[in-house]
Amino acid sequence: MAELLIELFSEEIPARMQPGAARDFERLMGGKLAAAGLDYTSLKAYVSPRRLALVVDGLPVDQPATSEEVKGPKEGALEQAMAGFLRKVGVTKDQLTLENGVWMARVEKPGRRTVDVLAPMLSEVIAAFPWPKSMRSGTSTFRWVRPLKRILFLFDGAVVPFELEGLKASNLTEGHRFLGSGKPIEVKDFQSYRQGLLENSVVLDHADRQAVILEKARAVCAAAGCELMDDQGLLEEVAGLNEWPVPVLGDMDPRFLTLPPEVIKTSMRTHQKYFAVRDAKSGKMAPHFVIVANMVASDGGTEIKRGNAKVLSARLSDGVFFWTEDNKPGNFDAWLKRLEGVTFQARLGTMAQRVERIVALSRHIAPFVKAPAEVAAEAARLAKADLASKMVGEFPELQGVMGGYYADAADLDPVVANAIREHYKPQGPSDSVPENPVSAAVALADKIDTLVGFFAIDEKPTGSKDPYALRRAALGILRILREHNARLSLSELVEAWYAHLGGVPAHFKPFETVRTEILDFFVDRIKVQLKDEGQRFDIIEAVLANRDDDVVRVTLKCAALDTALLMAPEGEDMMAGYKRVANILAAEAKKGALPVGEPVAASDAPGVESDLIAELRVQKAAANAALAQENYLEALKCLAALRQNVDAFLDGVLVNAEDPDVRANRLRILAEVAALAAPVADLGKVV
Amino acid sequence: MAAEPLSFQDLILTLHHYWSQQGCVILQPYDVEVGAGTLHPATVLRALGRKPWKCAYVQPSRRPVDGRYGENPNRLQHYYQYQVILKPNPENLQDLYLGSLKAIGLDTSLHDIRFVEDDWENPTVGAWGLGWEVWCDGMEVTQYTYFQGVGGIEVDVVSGELTYGLERLCMYLQNVDNVYDLKFNNDGVKYGDVFKEQERQFSAFNFEASDVATLKRQFEDMEANVTRILNTENSLGYKLVLPAYDHVLKASHLFNLMDARGAIAVAERQSYIGRIRDLCKACAQEWARQEEQRDGLTA
Repeated sequence: MAELLIELFSEEIPARMQPGAARDFERLMGGKLAAAGLDYTSLKAYVSPRRLALVVDGLPVDQPATSEEVKGPKEGALEQAMAGFLRKVGVTKDQLTLENGVWMARVEKPGRRTVDVLAPMLSEVIAAFPWPKSMRSGTSTFRWVRPLKRILFLFDGAVVPFELEGLKASNLTEGHRFLGSGKPIEVKDFQSYRQGLLENSVVLDHADRQAVILEKARAVCAAAGCELMDDQGLLEEVAGLNEWPVPVLGDMDPRFLTLPPEVIKTSMRTHQKYFAVRDAKSGKMAPHFVIVANMVASDGGTEIKRGNAKVLSARLSDGVFFWTEDNKPGNFDAWLKRLEGVTFQARLGTMAQRVERIVALSRHIAPFVKAPAEVAAEAARLAKADLASKMVGEFPELQGVMGGYYADAADLDPVVANAIREHYKPQGPSDSVPENPVSAAVALADKIDTLVGFFAIDEKPTGSKDPYALRRAALGILRILREHNARLSLSELVEAWYAHLGGVPAHFKPFETVRTEILDFFVDRIKVQLKDEGQRFDIIEAVLANRDDDVVRVTLKCAALDTALLMAPEGEDMMAGYKRVANILAAEAKKGALPVGEPVAASDAPGVESDLIAELRVQKAAANAALAQENYLEALKCLAALRQNVDAFLDGVLVNAEDPDVRANRLRILAEVAALAAPVADLGKVV
Repeated sequence: MAAEPLSFQDLILTLHHYWSQQGCVILQPYDVEVGAGTLHPATVLRALGRKPWKCAYVQPSRRPVDGRYGENPNRLQHYYQYQVILKPNPENLQDLYLGSLKAIGLDTSLHDIRFVEDDWENPTVGAWGLGWEVWCDGMEVTQYTYFQGVGGIEVDVVSGELTYGLERLCMYLQNVDNVYDLKFNNDGVKYGDVFKEQERQFSAFNFEASDVATLKRQFEDMEANVTRILNTENSLGYKLVLPAYDHVLKASHLFNLMDARGAIAVAERQSYIGRIRDLCKACAQEWARQEEQRDGLTA
């Protein structure tokens, strides 16, 4: 068994591409090895700013021989066809066998030496490597993420003969750009590779670098009585910007603490890749930050600290400038004016037009979430204004947050300020739904406008493509409706959007089409959401069978059906009775259309039939009363309550009676029984 | 810093000396107003075609909208970029670049130098490339780019482009917080002595005194001229692409001046940029064609 070690050493690979590159390297080489019949015990890729490496263990030194049956021409085929086939597979006619009138050849392929297979394999992987962006260098046509400098290629301890673009594979690599010895490192195997790199200040494994950063960053914070503010995304990014991470605690001028903490944190993160730091006691942001340097400086890091603090100061001074400019009186009106010149989407008009739609929708939605309509409309009018502010221009991710601060600073109604801040929520499954009714109204209106707007111009998500995050918007709409118990059907929401357009532009799809498409879209989202919450899938399917588009009601029905099925004996009674009836109806339906209408209680009918009709009337009235009160569990219990009468009826009479009138009446009885639960769910879909 | 840091002019002289030793032609600034050193024909046009080319120069960059009347310590409507273009990019360009940092007094054992992804593009000249911002202790000191396309054309040979922001770099070396406090030379002259008045007057001109109607008319003249020049027959028997390109640069600067007056509506912006880009593309394509012919003649 032998070890394969490859390192592609290049100029700095973008941090954001590193984890994906490691996965792609594993996938592509793994696939090639498998296709070549080369089994292995382990395969793992490593990535750092300057290297992409792969180690495969437990490979055979020789490729196993293979033997394959190849189908040839039919018996009696033309001479030329046979000759061609024999040439192709490299056997003579007497070596063929005839199977079911077809000539078959057995082709034996001796295994090659593994080392001979590996070189072409790596060529193919490099050529097909799916970098998100790649480049050419100098006069070469070869593409890689950045110029490729070295190839280390070892199999079973020896260099694999390989050449690419004038680069010859070797057993050499390099360490850290500044902290390494500056001489090539000789490598025998993965063990010595990893060790050699470590001795030259390179931590090979991305995960190890993350662990080092976290541990040391926490330590430098603790030494100053502070705590690191965790940020997993940033941690992954900085682990891709270092080969030898050295967290250093820098000092920030405390006067910047007057800025909103989000601004400080975002400025640190976006521009400088610093971690923010909070005071261990108060939990408030502390006047420090953590730089993760790629350097052990000869002066102990004094210069590095000084330089970084200076850059941060300049950045935060910009922040102070934006904050001051943005807070000037008349800011909201000036921004709203500017939005008239900002395109939201070419076919959906300007941001100002979008704001108008959101205002109208918020006013419409407000009563359904128990919000004062005029407050909601005012919040909606101001919700997007901060998009024209200087700060949001610099940090788009602070949209809403800044608007909230500016509204507070301008002494606007706190409810309005809060709605501006919260109306983008929920921004994903882990984000919360805004609690305040005004916030909820604007949040709903915002998402409805996005969703319906893009459907109206036929920009629906397809497959994995959802550039406008419409799935997220739809899931957000569902959560807000449910958590605020808003009794507003999805059809009504689509209708409201169209109603407030004040005339439908010719390039929009008609309301009916969009409504249907959106309802289909929502049905899938509701299924996903309820399933994620642990609801049985068959129950969701049963409830959604009649395309109920009041999501609060759908939730209630699912819960009721779930409970009903678990109740004893009602669950069993309900389903057994339903199934028995449904089976008969299905069988009879094959013979011709089922009769419709009210069953009649004939005076000469058997007792079991009259009893069932009488009980059916009682339960139907009870079910209707329960449905009117949205007590779906009670409604389902009415069906369960019929079980004994149904059983007695079916045991005691022949539904398929000779007298067609008697048969029709009995089928009408059964149809009524079966229909009893239909307003709640299609029980036929319950498994 | 250990040794006495370089003055602003010594920084330029040191870079000139360093890149001269690497075989670069040391050019003087181009004499048409540009928004970035890349726009100098020695970069934009010379990056096209297969002919090797190495040059370095300082280019004043004019960004009218960044004027602050000489009051902002970091922002100027006129500043200097140091531009190096090496075509084809040498295999050891990163090392050469790090050598230039050492030459200007940045001790790489004291500082944290990082190559952070930044894929540069300049839509007005239809240029793009892959590379990094080079960070020194968290500050961007250089834009480092491998040109992949210019004037909307994919390049035949890749050039390496280095753009140093001279004021910022110098502020870092001299450890000053205000650009006007930079030592310009070693004889007591400060950056502010040389440029503060210029910043004040040009800020007032850019924001208050320029005449939008005139700018607009001049823009349209320049724009029309590019096409006219390219289509005018002359005794050389081929298109006068270099004079035409000068007019593209002038149009571009006029656009920037109109922008500073807030005279460009958001909706118009893209259309203006598109017009400049189309003119630039026309010049770049013509230059590339001529270069190919000249290469053919000399081959």
